[in-house]
Amino acid sequence: MIYPYIPHTDADRRAMLKAIGVESIDDLFSGLGADLLLEDSVPISHGRTEDEVQRMIDSIAQRNVRGIPFLGCGCYDHITPATVRALSSLPSFVTAYTPYQAEMSQGLLQAIYEFQSMICEITGLDVANASLYDGANAAVEAASLMLAAKRKSRVVLVSETIHPFALKVLNTWALGTEHSITLIPQLDGTADLEKLESMLGDEVAGLIVQTPNRYGLLEDYTSVAERLHANGSLLTISADPLSLAIQKSPAEWGADIAIGDTQALGLPLAFGGPSCGYMAVSQALLRRIPGRVVGATVDSQGRRGYTLTLQAREQHIKRERATSNICSNQALAALMTTIHLSSLGWGGMVEAAQQSYAKAHYLAYHLAQLPGVTLVWDKPFWCEFPLVFSDAKRMRKFLQELRNEGIFAGVRLSSLTRKSADELVLLVAVTEKRSREELELYLAAARRVLK
Amino acid sequence: MSKILENLRYSKDHEWVRIDGQRAFVGITDHAQAELGEIVYVELPPVGERYEQGEEISTVESVKAASPIVNPVEGVVVEANENLDGSPELINEDCYANHLYVLSPFDQSQYDGLMSADEYATFLASL
Amino acid sequence: MSEPLLIDLSKPGRKAYCYPPLDLPRGFDQALPELPPELQRQTAARLPEVAELDVVRHFTRLSSLVHGVDNGMYPLGSCTMKYNPKLGEHIAAMDQFTQIHPLQDISTVQGCLSVMYNLLEDLSSITGMSWGSLQPCAGAHGEYTGLKMIRSYFLKRGETERVKVLIPVSAHGTNPASAAVVGFDVVEVKSNKEGLVDVEDLASKLDHTVAALMLTNPNTLGLFETDILKISEMVHKAGGLLYYDGANMNAIMGMATPGDMGFDVIHLNLHKTFSTPHGGGGPGSGPVMVNDRLRPFLPKPDIELTDSGYVYRWDDEDSIGKVSMFWGNFLVILRAYVYILRMGSEGIKAASRHAVLNANYLASKLGQRISIPYGKLCMHEFVASASALKQQYGVTAQDVAKALIDEGYHPPTVYFPLIVDEALMFEPTESESVESLDRFIEAFLRILDLAKDDPKILKDAPHHCPVGRLDEVRAVKEPDLRY
Repeated sequence: MIYPYIPHTDADRRAMLKAIGVESIDDLFSGLGADLLLEDSVPISHGRTEDEVQRMIDSIAQRNVRGIPFLGCGCYDHITPATVRALSSLPSFVTAYTPYQAEMSQGLLQAIYEFQSMICEITGLDVANASLYDGANAAVEAASLMLAAKRKSRVVLVSETIHPFALKVLNTWALGTEHSITLIPQLDGTADLEKLESMLGDEVAGLIVQTPNRYGLLEDYTSVAERLHANGSLLTISADPLSLAIQKSPAEWGADIAIGDTQALGLPLAFGGPSCGYMAVSQALLRRIPGRVVGATVDSQGRRGYTLTLQAREQHIKRERATSNICSNQALAALMTTIHLSSLGWGGMVEAAQQSYAKAHYLAYHLAQLPGVTLVWDKPFWCEFPLVFSDAKRMRKFLQELRNEGIFAGVRLSSLTRKSADELVLLVAVTEKRSREELELYLAAARRVLK
Repeated sequence: MSKILENLRYSKDHEWVRIDGQRAFVGITDHAQAELGEIVYVELPPVGERYEQGEEISTVESVKAASPIVNPVEGVVVEANENLDGSPELINEDCYANHLYVLSPFDQSQYDGLMSADEYATFLASL
Repeated sequence: MSEPLLIDLSKPGRKAYCYPPLDLPRGFDQALPELPPELQRQTAARLPEVAELDVVRHFTRLSSLVHGVDNGMYPLGSCTMKYNPKLGEHIAAMDQFTQIHPLQDISTVQGCLSVMYNLLEDLSSITGMSWGSLQPCAGAHGEYTGLKMIRSYFLKRGETERVKVLIPVSAHGTNPASAAVVGFDVVEVKSNKEGLVDVEDLASKLDHTVAALMLTNPNTLGLFETDILKISEMVHKAGGLLYYDGANMNAIMGMATPGDMGFDVIHLNLHKTFSTPHGGGGPGSGPVMVNDRLRPFLPKPDIELTDSGYVYRWDDEDSIGKVSMFWGNFLVILRAYVYILRMGSEGIKAASRHAVLNANYLASKLGQRISIPYGKLCMHEFVASASALKQQYGVTAQDVAKALIDEGYHPPTVYFPLIVDEALMFEPTESESVESLDRFIEAFLRILDLAKDDPKILKDAPHHCPVGRLDEVRAVKEPDLRY
């Protein structure tokens, strides 16, 4: 069998083996010994041609059903300019590795520098890294950073209103370590920060909050940073970066660390990945930010160039003394966000955020008129809101009927939290991409079901 | 051959300690700075905090290495050498004239237990 | 040639993208509640305001300043920079995958789940393990996940005293960092004079406080740990577990399995072994695969095939929980699945055999002129030392690397592993033809000649790039990290 990804001919193999001075390729594996060498091929299928694979994948893909998504919970269907896919699939971007050799990676390094700059501009903070795995892992890195920044601390306060999966990822991180997570309870859908004072102590490294939070609600952090700083603790705000086009930025709240996921900025739904975690920090935390960081400098002739920098922070140098182990990140996804933001500009970002706001409020307003559902908490939201049903049967019927119309009506909160208390909560997300027709289709179907 | 000053005491982690009255000055040795190469950053400890002997108190970085500073004697940090903030290379230029921080009060008996110049020279030779 | 920052081309009023106008009823538009003032943003962010063609030219020019596998040979050791088939890119761009939301009803995502389930089956077969999780987003993330599981396993058994992870000095930096992040103490294991694990040193460190030994096999010198069965028996006898860093799995696919070697948990790098592109540093994918002992501890949710199709399983009480926001880097997972479908059982074996053939061919030719301190034969990679060049001509591994850039090649990994002085670590992969290797060898030998004849040229290399060697000290001392 000929493999197009392996260029060797029989003559090549013979000549190469002769040059090496062995009889056969098997001789090169003699070190494995008879105990380990497999006698048979591993039990997976035989190879297929390109066409056969495409047909097989086509049939698998048909088992995915697409609908008009009013789904959010950390992954949103926004409009993406055509430039994003076209430019991010340029082969040298796709097939390069981490830009260890700066001289032959200037384009990638400069793009990361632009990404860092844009994340700083959007969050209002001073320094950003080249990306993290996703929003949940950015929360883990923020927790580690805050613990490392405060001597003898071991507790991270986390709002109960952060994304349920991010909370799960944080709990896994704390498992079996000296660190612990203490939850700040919620009150009417937002973090009850009145409780903060009583929970602060020497052992508290900092607080992680999220806005828009797990219900889509916007939270008010007035004086939170001051209270934390007075205790020598730090504030981390997790935010959908697109929401920051209209809501107060982490820096404006006085946060030390901003985290989140750039999925809303140019990345497809893609069954949840790859997305792209981001982190920005204040100048004081510059040397503690995890992951890769690109900096501008000059060469011996004074020409401006870009390079990976501040590497003494990283795992390959600090090894067991490192506070983060991240090596590969989500570079290509970060590039997509950079292209997306370059295409939109600030005006475009504000437009997308405002239209999402308007359309979400339009749908919410009209749904609230219907019997059997309520918008429980009268709190500000952006592009996603919690719709609470009077009973589970009605909710099931609602979801089923709308799916029959080709509409994915929302995410059941209980599918994330696995809690019966959340069973009647449906999270409905509306982005600028949802057309008026799609909104009216949703409303018409909802009116039929909720008579 | 590393430079070693007679009137100082030394730790196995290559820090030196100099006593001036009630104050103990702490820096890194010539051996340590040479191992690191060109120093680009010094993380200074917060003033007012008490550190135990053997506790990691700060970090000195070159481009391709990061070396923890292990506090050689227990004490309270009363001063960090702010000169190093913009000019970490001062340590390469003269590591004994440029301390990292000052402890006061400090543990005299732990100081007495550190190596003398001769002992440190022997220790270096054994590495 | 240099490219300005896009922000510097900005001109107020220019746009590269226009949104459709908001088409809500006029009345509603006016009645829309304002965001409360205390929640409103006060300051604008500075983002580029340019036309679409400006964006296109900017990123196209930037891409021309990057070297990828598609541009030329990329023998970066331990990174397995093999060819990334275009079919994978084509399939990963299909709307039926890119437009699927992770929280859709399970009945509408059976295609995605089928890809993940079948990939897990294939990876289990290839590694000789029972099952796995595709959640980890990268190799280091896989290490973290695997070590978390080991931690949970011992906590569950009440063996709280097992706090140490043994790691060879030659290991990747992520190994000790991952162990530390998970809360383990790291203890180094020495290498013997052959570059393999020093079994006596290992024996002296094995006791009731050891949770695991982390190994890469073949190791970072490209050498197979021939004592592996003895080593795994020793570790298991002492009550510890074995962790396999799969970074070098491209050497043994289809030839041997980590399962047979006695490993309890392994991570794979789909972006290395299974040909998914590296994307300039990610996204990758680092699945963890385990044997039955650790299976209950896998991240949630697991995927199960039932009579009514694929379902998530959330109910494993011993599970460590979640390590990613959703289910992992799905589009990377999909590409790896496509690669395995394409190659099949014989194909993956052929890939490893030719990766090893290529590495030995390169080593046999380069070894005539430069020292390869460890091993006569190698697996998929080998480590040369520029130590003699440095002594004789003052030419370092770094100088050689930069000179290779001038020849149009991405250099090998330099200064790693730490146990080789002036290390140059080559991994040609199976993708390169003999002619391609011969051209590389010629270029390398030219550089060795220059080291003797005109070392200054090497010290000043690269000469044909948009920038020369950059002032890294300045980059750290005066950080310029944003516009």
